[in-house]
Amino acid sequence: MSDIIKIKRGFDIKISGKAIEKVSSPLVTSYALKPTDHIGITPKLMVKEGDRVKAGTPVFYSKQNEKILFTSPVSGTIESINRGEKRAIEEIVISADSVQEYEDFGTESLASMQREEVIEKLLKSGLWTLIRQRPYSTIPNPELQPKCIIISGFDSSPLAANYNFILKGKGAQIQLGVDVLKKLSSGKIHLNIRANETNADELLKLEGVQINRFEGPHPVGNVSVQISKLDPINKGDMVWYIDVQDLAIIGNLFVSGKVEKDRMVALVGPEVKNTQYFNIKIGACISSLVMDNVSKDNNLRYISGNVLTGKRIKENGYVGAYDNLVSVIKEGDYYQFLGWIAPGFKKFSLSRTFPTGFLNLLPSKFRKPIKIDTNMHGGKRALVLTGEYEKVLPLDIYPMQLIKACIIEDIDLMEQLGIYEVDAEDFALCEVIDVSKTDIQQIIRNGLELIRKEMGE
Amino acid sequence: MKFVRDFLDKIKPNFEKGGKFPWLHSTFDAFETFAFVPKTTTSSGAHFRDAIDMKRTMTMVILALMPALLFGTYNIGFQHFHSINPELSFFEGFWDNLLYGIIKILPIVVVSYVVGLSIEFGFAQWRKHEVNEGFLVTGMLIPLVMPPDVPLWQVALATAFAVVIGKEVFGGTGMNFLNPALLARAFLFFAFPSSMSGDNVWIAQKADAFSGATPLAEMMMGAELPSTSFWDMFLGIMPGSIGETSAVAILLGAAFLLITGVGSWRIMLSVFMGGALMGLTFNLFGSNPYTQIPFYYHYVMGGFMFGAVFMATDPVTAAQTNKGKWIYGILIGVMAVLIRVVNPAYPEGMMLAILLLNVFAPLIDYYIVDANIRKRMKRWKIKGGQNVQ
Repeated sequence: MSDIIKIKRGFDIKISGKAIEKVSSPLVTSYALKPTDHIGITPKLMVKEGDRVKAGTPVFYSKQNEKILFTSPVSGTIESINRGEKRAIEEIVISADSVQEYEDFGTESLASMQREEVIEKLLKSGLWTLIRQRPYSTIPNPELQPKCIIISGFDSSPLAANYNFILKGKGAQIQLGVDVLKKLSSGKIHLNIRANETNADELLKLEGVQINRFEGPHPVGNVSVQISKLDPINKGDMVWYIDVQDLAIIGNLFVSGKVEKDRMVALVGPEVKNTQYFNIKIGACISSLVMDNVSKDNNLRYISGNVLTGKRIKENGYVGAYDNLVSVIKEGDYYQFLGWIAPGFKKFSLSRTFPTGFLNLLPSKFRKPIKIDTNMHGGKRALVLTGEYEKVLPLDIYPMQLIKACIIEDIDLMEQLGIYEVDAEDFALCEVIDVSKTDIQQIIRNGLELIRKEMGE
Repeated sequence: MKFVRDFLDKIKPNFEKGGKFPWLHSTFDAFETFAFVPKTTTSSGAHFRDAIDMKRTMTMVILALMPALLFGTYNIGFQHFHSINPELSFFEGFWDNLLYGIIKILPIVVVSYVVGLSIEFGFAQWRKHEVNEGFLVTGMLIPLVMPPDVPLWQVALATAFAVVIGKEVFGGTGMNFLNPALLARAFLFFAFPSSMSGDNVWIAQKADAFSGATPLAEMMMGAELPSTSFWDMFLGIMPGSIGETSAVAILLGAAFLLITGVGSWRIMLSVFMGGALMGLTFNLFGSNPYTQIPFYYHYVMGGFMFGAVFMATDPVTAAQTNKGKWIYGILIGVMAVLIRVVNPAYPEGMMLAILLLNVFAPLIDYYIVDANIRKRMKRWKIKGGQNVQ
């Protein structure tokens, strides 16, 4: 039993609408690949509207690295290619067949395969794209080796899926996925779990990984926070990370030779009538999940991912490439008369200028789940207050200074202040509590992208 | 409140692009957002936000200033009548005292806000920015650090100087490095010393026969102890700047700031620690009476308490790192007492100490952040030598 790594700073925002442990497998007929889910990818299409594809057929590749293929989750017909501003491809929509056909990637035994062959198989099947790297959160270059690999075995974000539940019965595939990772890298493979809460044998019995136990409030589940405690990222370092559910998808490829992008996705949030889990594939359309299952108010926001870092999608949008959560909250486009001075008994705040701020001093288990909406609760202002971000950022980083370095695009300063150790998601809580209503995640992302382009990666 | 909303919605197009008064957009926005928190929703990043905003934060500081303002108002009146009739006790003639105080202070507050806000609105308009709420606090702080007899034109001049030279030339709220309210006072102190020092300015229209020296001035003149008792000074029953005299009122505000979390406890605590440190050091080594007074006398004399709670804690001009705040605060306390006791030219060391440390705050932060950078660089060198530039 390894020691427990404790995180102190951070905050668990307790929102109503947690998923109950019930699963159903809805019939989903529409799927989409969204190139915008992947950072730094310019898609080059390999199909056109009306083409037939099987599950595992490549749909587009990355202009930056032609070997990185993105494959269809289902067999069916390319229904439409939706473009946004400047004709950038936003969605490649596939309507699924009723009987699924699969591309065959072979069932050669993993033990006899070389690293190159394993990589080749992952690239061709499109499952390479499930792996991401730090810094930048991009899909890694297969020719490079990471210093270690992180498997996140829990999620600490608001309303996150319960990993003890969603991994049930996937133990063998996950183990095989770990074996695949071992072929890829000679570095350590870390499995990060939540002390005292992770109890799934699927995780605890995995072989070939170093199990690390973490405890504390969000963002304890973030890769950056975990890696900072295990093996901090230095300039030039690279770490790979993958979600444990996706490891099962990779494991399955090596057993069956098929691409089956199955993922258990939780539908959560205060506006959902019956919160639950769904067995669907990556890229599934959410309309059959949310139909007649959300509050009548039609002014709702649908989010693929959690409420801190997820992407806004339409009510007939698609689950993102790395998401296992669909959150639904109310839009907050209302005025509040003298809202800045009203007591605000029902408003969410960590600040003790609201009565609720005092309740938030309690440990999360004593707090009542709250409702939230998308109102900004104020206008954008200059960065004035100090010492606030530090309360929710458990990294040895000066957040205000790093944010300012990103704003002025000073690459040297960003490096010195630790930009390689962070990702935009780590600043989500800072953004939530920010009095100046600054879009901090976007600022950090812009800083990271600036460096990535400068470095030619 | 629907009719207010409807009215605003009706006139709103006039202030937008293509409307009649697009150049008044910032002004309209300031009044609109004053009445209603806007309906803007999140467009990037986290999908929900904390209910706190800048208006509420600044409002909290103004609320925290209320006890000092109310006490100060009454004390103006009391000190005036007390100078005429030294037998007067504190609550005698309560309404007269209060009324006199209001008549004195109201014009100062109005001048400070009108002058300051006009300039703020003008600059916001010119820069096409929102009007920042910072001046709502500054505009209240300025009257509170003025002597009750200050001429109004000087208040106007000092406010304009503080806002333009102290803030706007550096880019506005959040970019200034000197506390604007203290700058206003320092400006008057150096530009019009006769209105800002001496024995005649601290009591409004003082009777000539009455001394009117503040405790600080008495100590400068070599008194053993101030003629006002410690408890009177603690309560604030003495001549002085309008809002600075009452430690009790200021501590009430401090408690409010700390409970709401708006003020930095690190800075407040460390300023008091610094003051105690220097006071005790003087007790050990000093030779004249001023060095021998108990350190807590410094807290209740002059502007020490007010400075520690409301001035040093200004987040823009203070040190920004948590470690830096300790150093910044302690040095303010040390310098304030040092200047008071050692420097014969300036009876009030607090104002100068804070302004001095405002100037040094970025340097303090620089070294704190630099230590973090060095730690990181060292790690790079040990682990990934070849990758370091």
